[in-house]
Amino acid sequence: MKARAVTENSIQPTIPEVLIGPANHSMRSVFSDLWRYRELLLFLAWRDVKVRYKQTVLGAAWALLQPLLTMVIFSVIFGLLAGLPSEGIPYPIFTFAALLPWQLFSFALNMSSISLVADQNLISKVYFPRLVIPLSSVLAGILDFAISFVVLLAMMLILRWPFSWRLALVPVLVLLALATAMAVGLWLSALNVQYRDVRYTLPFITQFWMYATPIAYSSTLIPEKWMALYSLNPMVGVVEGFRWALLGKTEFAGVSLLISFLVVSVLLLGGLRYFQHVEDIFADVI
Amino acid sequence: MMGYRIKVENISKRYKLGARSASYQTIRERIMDSLTRPSRGLHQQRDTGEDFIWALRDVNFDVAHGEAVGIIGRNGAGKSTLLKILARITRPTQGSVRLRGRVGSLLEVGTGFHPELTGRENIYLNGAILGMTRVEIKARFDAIVDFAEIEQFLDTPVKRYSSGMYMRLAFAVAAHLEPEILLVDEVLAVGDHAFQKKCLGKMGEVAEGGRTVLFVSHNMGAINQLCPRSIWLERGSVRDDGQSATVIGHYLASNYRGEASIKFKPKPDKVAQFLRVRLLDASGRETAEFPCGVSPQVEIGFEIKQAVTGAHVACIVYSSSGTHLFSTADDDMDPSRRGLRNPGEYTARVSLPVEQLNVGTYHIAVGIGVPGIEVFDRQEALSFSIIDTGDFGTMKEAGRRQGLLLVQARWTYE
Repeated sequence: MKARAVTENSIQPTIPEVLIGPANHSMRSVFSDLWRYRELLLFLAWRDVKVRYKQTVLGAAWALLQPLLTMVIFSVIFGLLAGLPSEGIPYPIFTFAALLPWQLFSFALNMSSISLVADQNLISKVYFPRLVIPLSSVLAGILDFAISFVVLLAMMLILRWPFSWRLALVPVLVLLALATAMAVGLWLSALNVQYRDVRYTLPFITQFWMYATPIAYSSTLIPEKWMALYSLNPMVGVVEGFRWALLGKTEFAGVSLLISFLVVSVLLLGGLRYFQHVEDIFADVI
Repeated sequence: MMGYRIKVENISKRYKLGARSASYQTIRERIMDSLTRPSRGLHQQRDTGEDFIWALRDVNFDVAHGEAVGIIGRNGAGKSTLLKILARITRPTQGSVRLRGRVGSLLEVGTGFHPELTGRENIYLNGAILGMTRVEIKARFDAIVDFAEIEQFLDTPVKRYSSGMYMRLAFAVAAHLEPEILLVDEVLAVGDHAFQKKCLGKMGEVAEGGRTVLFVSHNMGAINQLCPRSIWLERGSVRDDGQSATVIGHYLASNYRGEASIKFKPKPDKVAQFLRVRLLDASGRETAEFPCGVSPQVEIGFEIKQAVTGAHVACIVYSSSGTHLFSTADDDMDPSRRGLRNPGEYTARVSLPVEQLNVGTYHIAVGIGVPGIEVFDRQEALSFSIIDTGDFGTMKEAGRRQGLLLVQARWTYE
């Protein structure tokens, strides 16, 4: 009876009329739609988090092990064997501070790129703004990041590395990494609906992108004349920013960050436009 | 201005042929396509008529506040496309729809259920997917659990549920959505009989509560019972729209043309499907006319493409007015048929025990599926006539008796 009362009341006031036509999209309606479906957005992100490490023995420990193991491998190969310079920072934290934003980014990028196809039964059965799907899978990576971030802080404590006010920049950098993943994820997820080739190119994109980002090495290794081109990769600014915020020592990568910000803005706006353009046919071709 | 909940104006929906079933192309295929058929790329916009199929064509109707409307029509008539457009899953190619109120769709129950999550978690997730807010789900949570009868399994992952429990939970969430406009597509085909009755009751409640219901089904009995009005779609257009009993009568009559055999087009994506149905007399001759007191033989050819267990093949008989007379299934008398069935072509034969059926026309539908879980294929197949042969045994003027049955009862005197 209580349940009935809820809906009975909601019918009475002015009933909004929905018009379904061949096509009607404006940027504003995108954001108001997203806002209306914010609960679904959070529910889907929660589902992804909840399901991720189900039926694994180690569970959420994987969130830690992945960056830690990569750090060990990098430290041995690039730090010890190759002897890459790490600007006076112990190589393990030097690379771990870069791996954190990188893994956040690559995870978000991979999950969002395959998200629409993974949720194809939702797309062909229920209406909601399709943007919710890639966006929720980008958000789902934040928890993993938070866990490994705590570990990094612990490592810094153990190594008696000083903390500074620069840590305040971390949230901004996290947002920038997520925005980068979202921008590219929008393009790739929509393309993947029509062309499943995307799934097979993703590992290469991720791998190539990682080497084009100063994770195992320092960006000081890049010759000055290539620096402008190099900085077009938005993750360069993010990763350099992370090292600066957490470890100091390196110079503040203001220019790289500005370029990152501009590149991401352009990619994101373009991605949104493209996504909107093709989302009408998702249900028909998926 | 006031009055309608749904106003469908001239909608048409065009699909690219193959786009629906062949799901996706790889980029290579797309490139090869444009290489082998270079003219295509230039004229892609032009509709030559051969590459497209109109799933809907100039459909118009209004549905008023509180009305329950049945949508009937053959497979491929555009019923599901229509619901998909109303549910905003896909857009019409032309025309528009005006909707007043929140739309809830039960196009398939259990959408978005995640096998790893528990029943409790899935109620919240599924509710959110169907458009409920967390507050609303919380308010209805107990009612949902009650309806689904799964209380002690609330914290078990749904992958451990029996399929019956899964379906009950899925339907329960959807049934408590309580939107102003409810779109339902065949979901009543799930669950055991008691649960189906409960679902029908729930839908009746929804309609009586002043909400608008659009109900797509092959179950004419259910449509007749729930919906005072029906719309009959044929090849994407509205063929008839009016009182359910009348529309259903027209529909059933048109479906059956007095033929004694029918073949069905192969559909590649089905687990099992019908190939043909034939009506035979006792000597094996094809006929659609049988004298009183004779049992028509129905021969059903079907193909199983993936090994299945628990499936059965059923034959349903309707009167000319759509009254469901009876159904019979191949496992009724032989439970061993519920075991594994391997891929291959099968021919089943059933003799319909209708010796007592009165003169008239009757319709047969055939279905194959796992009862309560999934329908693989269903076809409105054929019709047969019981004809008046003058006298029936010693019975005078048998063909002029009233009633559905023609019985020979023994009378005694003291």
